[in-house]
Amino acid sequence: MRIEVRTTAFNPWSELNAYESNDANHSIGACSAFVGSMRDFNEDTSVSAMTLDYYPGMTENQLKKIANTHSNQYQLEDVLIIHRVGEIKPGESIVLVACWSSHRKQTFDACRSLMEDLKHKAPFWKQEKTDQGLRWVEKNTAG
Amino acid sequence: MRITVKFFASLKEQFEKPELELELDDNQFTVADVWKQVSQHSELPANVLSAVNLEYAQASDTVNDGDEVAFFPPVTGG
Repeated sequence: MRIEVRTTAFNPWSELNAYESNDANHSIGACSAFVGSMRDFNEDTSVSAMTLDYYPGMTENQLKKIANTHSNQYQLEDVLIIHRVGEIKPGESIVLVACWSSHRKQTFDACRSLMEDLKHKAPFWKQEKTDQGLRWVEKNTAG
Repeated sequence: MRITVKFFASLKEQFEKPELELELDDNQFTVADVWKQVSQHSELPANVLSAVNLEYAQASDTVNDGDEVAFFPPVTGG
């Protein structure tokens, strides 16, 4: 299992490929992955950049807790979470979640559930840069 | 007792600082009491979340000497 808060841009597919290559346990079974990227709009307003604030220590703890809960609940073989913080540009990846298990149903279900938990429990906060200035995002969009 | 209070996101701007040290007498204090101490005695708003020592906390949770108490808005990651 790997949980990481990343301060610089990352390529989720390269990360996934490198992680799978380095762990023989991943050579069999099923993997589902979710990648969330920054949009250049939100609530009908253009967004030119975004800053992601987080709570060092608590954020990592919460991500580990969420990953462990899902690992047990869905009999996962492994979990990878990378979440970006700092200033982000449209198109850049915000989050990568990947789940491995023996069967596809567990990985599909776990990946979806884990992302929803992450969005509602992990301490991250988005501040968007728009033509009207900076604004904090006050709630998640519907899944 | 002495505790550290941290603010995140919009609350960091509202309080114009990321954290402060708070000296309290030895009476029993809850998370809601700490909020009152830092916010000129206002009630803890329903849309403000809290944590004690890096774990989510309830308003009624007790605070102890040396604790780190944090206040922040609803989370919006992912």
